[in-house]
Amino acid sequence: MSKLPSKRPETLGGYIVHNIPFPAEITPESLEWIKQMAPIQIEQPYQITYLHSYAQDSPWFAALTNKKLLANQDAGSGYAYATPRGHDMYSGDETKWIDITEKTAKIHAFTVCHFGSEEFLPETPFVLILVEFEGVNTLLLSRLVGIDPMEATLDWIGMELKPKFLRNSKLKPTDVYFAPA
Amino acid sequence: MRPVYAISGGVSKFTKSRPDKTFGAIVKEAYDYAIDDIGLDFPTFTRLVDGSVASYFSDHFTRQLMAGIMAQDYLGLVPKPSHRVEGGGATGGLCFQEAWKSVASGHMDICAAYGFETMSHVETWKGNEFIALASDISFDYPVGGFYSGYYAMMVTRHMKEYGTTVEQMAHVSVKNHINAYFNPYAQKRNRYTIEDVRNSPMVAWPLTRLDICVMSDGAASTILVSEEGLKKLEDEGAKIARPLVKVTGIGRGTDAMRMSDRPHVDYDFFIENYATPQEKDSDETLAYYKELWDRGTRYPGVHSFRAGRTAGNMAYKHAGIYDPVKELDFVELHDAYTSSEIQTYEDLGLCRYGEGGEFAASGEAFMPGVEYDLNLPKQPTIPVNPSGGLIACGHPVGATGLMQAVFAIWQLQGSVEQHFGDGTLQLKDAQRGAIHSHAGTGTYVTVSILERE
Repeated sequence: MSKLPSKRPETLGGYIVHNIPFPAEITPESLEWIKQMAPIQIEQPYQITYLHSYAQDSPWFAALTNKKLLANQDAGSGYAYATPRGHDMYSGDETKWIDITEKTAKIHAFTVCHFGSEEFLPETPFVLILVEFEGVNTLLLSRLVGIDPMEATLDWIGMELKPKFLRNSKLKPTDVYFAPA
Repeated sequence: MRPVYAISGGVSKFTKSRPDKTFGAIVKEAYDYAIDDIGLDFPTFTRLVDGSVASYFSDHFTRQLMAGIMAQDYLGLVPKPSHRVEGGGATGGLCFQEAWKSVASGHMDICAAYGFETMSHVETWKGNEFIALASDISFDYPVGGFYSGYYAMMVTRHMKEYGTTVEQMAHVSVKNHINAYFNPYAQKRNRYTIEDVRNSPMVAWPLTRLDICVMSDGAASTILVSEEGLKKLEDEGAKIARPLVKVTGIGRGTDAMRMSDRPHVDYDFFIENYATPQEKDSDETLAYYKELWDRGTRYPGVHSFRAGRTAGNMAYKHAGIYDPVKELDFVELHDAYTSSEIQTYEDLGLCRYGEGGEFAASGEAFMPGVEYDLNLPKQPTIPVNPSGGLIACGHPVGATGLMQAVFAIWQLQGSVEQHFGDGTLQLKDAQRGAIHSHAGTGTYVTVSILERE
């Protein structure tokens, strides 16, 4: 039987209070005494919805909705970017789009996240991978499925992959993910 | 450029949470300590100081824009000139260098650099989310934004390329935690074993909780002066420690925000553009690198920090350093992860690329005279993170690079015992040290060299 945690998780929330103890009379002594008070801490909720534009990278997301994986390429040198980039970092020229859906893909690096940022905590454990593609110079960050996250091994590096696409696109980079080929 | 001296510093005790004071008041603890350490009263120093540089990383943690001016105000420094710098985890290192520039350029004779972060205002996993926003929010963050995950991916590649092991990484954690046992400013002062590190909860394979620094509330401050500034302070009664500590080297580098975009250059390009002069001069090292490249290594990929190598090479050139292991007495480097300390050994030329893991477990980066209960094959040659580093001291981001500067100043002044109340971490006759500040998977890196005159 597994052991219970040694302490309860800390959470925000609690009672609403409208008054807290304070000296009933203001005197030089009581004004000095209030320096010994513990600090008052309140909750300050903050929520915002941004209108984010994928701008020149938009075709990459549009392609995912049609089960295609695009990349950018410098027309002069052929240097190719698996993660979209509107201008080449060496020539400074605008890049063109190429289709890499059928290119051989392999794991370049990976990790299994057992914890994560708040937004992704419910998804743990999940596997992050950097994918390398044949003939493409840079990598793509993505998720790996179809393996046991509790059996992580360096042998995963070099594993051949196939891209999978969400049928109902969310217009996020997770619309594409990878599984062992 | 004029000579610049780092004459004093102060650090607030780094801790998980400081609800007792506002960020301005926490900065004032560190700032007051630095003023007090040169024997001046607050009004006199306020009259003499020409201006400042403020450092904090994230507006999200405070939910307060322009927190820099609020700290400037709280310190009584308005209307003197100031600006805020921000560059992720390297924010403190950038701040130190901006203060150096202010003095070296002749713009100021006396400049205060102060920095802080109050990360306790949100829950840990929300804090991780804020930090992960320092990755591309179109392509990286939505996939599972988590910095520990990013660094874990980098080290799996390092392990695959070079055979680096988790036990070698754990040596870094043991070293830094035990060093911090003697540092009263450190957040975590514990004696751990290799087994403790490996048995702590897995966060992002293969990094466990004890491979990773914690979030902190804290502040740090340093005072930098020109020769004229030194005279102005001493004419007003300041007691400035001798020997003086001079800033003799400044270096910075950058790299692509998305680590997936980083290049994989061939052997010739690496040697021409990134190898240290010492590496270039060694036929044996050139042959070693040729063999690495023949086996498939490409640089920097995701296993190495090109910004760190660039910053190190620049700072060493400025300071006239050829062999950093022999010509530096210590390094305070940005060990947000045990793995990144190992990667940084290589970037800074403390060992060759591919040898960081072995170097970590060799004993060379450990402190002399400290018992680690480890079988270390070599004697210390270049202690790394004598203070305990980020892993044990904590990482209140905007303060961290300045904390390194303060500990380096004290190390070079020979005043560690005075400030720590314990002389265990004082290196004997330390003449020259390096501080290294590093941001977001290696995007901004600063290296500064401090030297005893």
